[in-house]
Amino acid sequence: MTDVGRHPRIELMTLSEVEEVSGYIGNFKVKVRKKARYVNAKECTACDKCAEVCPVVLPDEFQQGFSSRKAAYIPFPQAVPAAYLIDMEHCLGNNPIACSKCLDACDKQCIDLNMEDEIVELEVGTIIVATGMEIYDPTPLDEYGYTRFENVVTNIEFERLICGSGPTDGNLVRPSDHQTPKRIGFIQCVGSRTDNRGNPYCSNVCCMATVKDSLLIKEHHPDAEVYVFYMDIRAFGKGFEDLFRRSKEEGVHYIRGMPGEITEDPTTKNLRLKVENTTAGRVEEYELDMVVLALGLEPKQDLRHLSSLLNLSHTSDGFVMEAHPKLRPVDAPTPGIFFAGCVEAPKDIKDSVTQAGAAASRSSIILNAGTITGEALKAVIDLDKCTYCGVCAKVCPYGAITVDVKGKTEARVVAAACAGCGTCAAECRFDAITMQHFSDEQIMAQIDAALEEEPEKKIISFLCNWCSYAGGDLAGVSRLQYPANNRFIRTMCSGRVDEKFILHAFEKGAPIVLLSGCHIGDCHYIDANQWTKRRAEKLWSRMEKLGIRPERLQLEWISSAEGARFARIMRNLEEMRQKVTPEEIEHTKKALARYRMSKKSAKEPDEPAEETAAETAQP
Amino acid sequence: MVDEELRIGVFVCDCGLNIAGSVDTEEVRRFAEGLPDVVVAVRNRYTCADPGQEEIKKNIEEYKLNRVVVASCTPLLHEKTFRDCISEAGLNPYLLEMANIREQCSWVHLHDREAATQKAKDAVKMAIARARYMSPEEEIKIPVTDKAMVIGGGIAGIQAALDLADAGHQVYLVEKQPSIGGIMAQLDKTFPTMDCSI
Ligand SMILES: Cc1cc2nc3c(=O)[nH]c(=O)nc-3n(C[C@H](O)[C@H](O)[C@H](O)COP(=O)(O)OP(=O)(O)OC[C@H]3O[C@@H](n4cnc5c(N)ncnc54)[C@H](O)[C@@H]3O)c2cc1C
Ligand code: SF4
Repeated sequence: MTDVGRHPRIELMTLSEVEEVSGYIGNFKVKVRKKARYVNAKECTACDKCAEVCPVVLPDEFQQGFSSRKAAYIPFPQAVPAAYLIDMEHCLGNNPIACSKCLDACDKQCIDLNMEDEIVELEVGTIIVATGMEIYDPTPLDEYGYTRFENVVTNIEFERLICGSGPTDGNLVRPSDHQTPKRIGFIQCVGSRTDNRGNPYCSNVCCMATVKDSLLIKEHHPDAEVYVFYMDIRAFGKGFEDLFRRSKEEGVHYIRGMPGEITEDPTTKNLRLKVENTTAGRVEEYELDMVVLALGLEPKQDLRHLSSLLNLSHTSDGFVMEAHPKLRPVDAPTPGIFFAGCVEAPKDIKDSVTQAGAAASRSSIILNAGTITGEALKAVIDLDKCTYCGVCAKVCPYGAITVDVKGKTEARVVAAACAGCGTCAAECRFDAITMQHFSDEQIMAQIDAALEEEPEKKIISFLCNWCSYAGGDLAGVSRLQYPANNRFIRTMCSGRVDEKFILHAFEKGAPIVLLSGCHIGDCHYIDANQWTKRRAEKLWSRMEKLGIRPERLQLEWISSAEGARFARIMRNLEEMRQKVTPEEIEHTKKALARYRMSKKSAKEPDEPAEETAAETAQP
Repeated sequence: MVDEELRIGVFVCDCGLNIAGSVDTEEVRRFAEGLPDVVVAVRNRYTCADPGQEEIKKNIEEYKLNRVVVASCTPLLHEKTFRDCISEAGLNPYLLEMANIREQCSWVHLHDREAATQKAKDAVKMAIARARYMSPEEEIKIPVTDKAMVIGGGIAGIQAALDLADAGHQVYLVEKQPSIGGIMAQLDKTFPTMDCSI
């Protein structure tokens, strides 16, 4: 920690928060608010004189409230920077009548109660997000009585109680009577691996934290009885099983079964619990002096806010989503941003440090390069056609487009941030966006060419480059056979497939059209395929209104590993095609021609009669 | 469409018997030759091999080609190869289009030569149709500010900041609390080594 404070190339900004981020890889502009410390950290020698005279006594957060601190304080003795600060929310004020005692006590005159927040703007090439996690709050699990019973504590509180520099100088005592507990129980998975009142995932560190805690107790108090109530112990890392074994050898009792409810003896403040020991096959009762809840870990509460500033997305558990869970585990989908530590998922120190090294190295690659090459495939705005409606900015997964809807300024694409998915071009109802290299003309020409002869025998399939097209390749590599009447059109992302391409294919006589992309959650362009899905849903209802069977437009998510599924889908499509009659195709052609004409004669040229998916849906 | 006269060259690959085994590549070549704007259509045994690539370069020069269509394997495999190849011959790499007649054609229709050949012809026709509307594209060069920001000063942020700084980069470490350290600073001993955290 101290190395950070001393390093000539690290500028440490504590009490600081990111307020605004703009720009893109290589060129981020970040606005940071440095909150006032009210103490000149450079001058402060941590002499403690201010705290000595400060009359305000508050619970010490670092010690989990087991001891107190003043309003003039240092968070903990080894803090970096090694400087005091004033808790202004509780300070009595710098009015000499009110207080201002610390001002007089500080020999170096480094306290300034009028200090103000400072806003700094910084330019950086890369950003590493390492904002960590939150520890689960067990209050809702009332059956464990955390808020009702003094001797039910959390494992992070326990860490302080057993720590040599903790409030009890490392003498393990229980809160109610400050006596050394002789019977201590740990309850595992509190707030983890549950479908209600907690999180469904395993929090990764709490089993080993408990194994560690049990050994620490045995080290200080060999005669103490330690009971661990668990579902299963996850000791999967290097050296973990050894530690677990040692704990059992030291006589720690591991009891497979989760206690239902804890009750308290009001006089002794001892705790009672009943548990079904599923190994022994019997219900057991325990009286304990102290119970420790092994709490799970959750995403930081303000992570969503930071994510919106950095344009990050989240997996279903609420932690940040990587560019690829296996192959790019520390990259954010937004280029130039990386993850380290528990912000990505609960993990231990070793994994946090490993990830930090990886993120630093990934970041160094960019910083060392000096210049980087950006994507050649980009969205280009036709300023004459843009009506400042703002839809493109709304659908862009990268926040690469800005439109001032109120100020009526045309859309602007930040070329370096555009990843080339083409979703904006598909959603713009004024045709004001050209997706380079995958333009409307190009794709329409492909459809026309495919359906020039015998369209009734063919199927048009739009395949996204990264998943579905690769899935199709895998079917080939595996020599899986399927009917030969499918014509494939590759786009970078399924989000590029404009509804007009699909309607055009039907108008040209295609019996069946397939729209296919990466599975939801696996989109190569963050979440652009959400728009594909919405667009298909819109189209189905529009087709229904026009008297076209919606089933003729199929939507399938096919991953690059699903070659067999690709082939099966191709066979299914052919079965469907055979059921489309010539009369049906003729009817569709006429209905769509009429629909197109009605759009043409509408007031605005090119204005579709109905809204696009993006205009009605919320992401 | 671009103003200049279109001069498209089509290169149909046998891939040994991988494609030619179930697709009549000569018929595909002849078909391509007859399509508008195609000035030359060539059949190769292995287009991706050096002689195949030389053939493309030679034809670009000889026929003043301004679009190249390669009908062969998947672009996911060799798009880069052929982009590099045509740019060595002076064409913008984005003036290349590929028709996948192997993974998505010959290999999946091993027993229906006629239908596979028809599909390959359509694929080539579609590729040519798209090629007509292609234009040169440039990859942009983005300058990089040689500084990094680390948000969060727990063990992960501390380690990342130190590594970056030791590698010679200027780092801003932004921490919300009055001290760095995060959760780890609050721990007593830590598994698996059972040593002190700070
Ligand atoms: C009870 C308990 C016991 C544990 N025991 C062990 C053990 O023995 N061994 C082991 O290997 N692991 C243990 N762990 C896990 C270990 O604590 C984590 O692996 C480690 O702390 C993760 O570090 P981190 O930097 O990712 O996150 P954190 O430690 O959470 O640090 C995140 C930092 O980011 C800051 N921050 C958050 N949001 C912002 C923001 N918006 N802007 C700026 N700064 C922000 C926070 O203030 C904090 O300083 C234990 C965890 C718990 C809960
Ligand atoms: S690590 Fe152990 S205690 Fe924590 S959630 Fe997973 S199984 Fe439960």
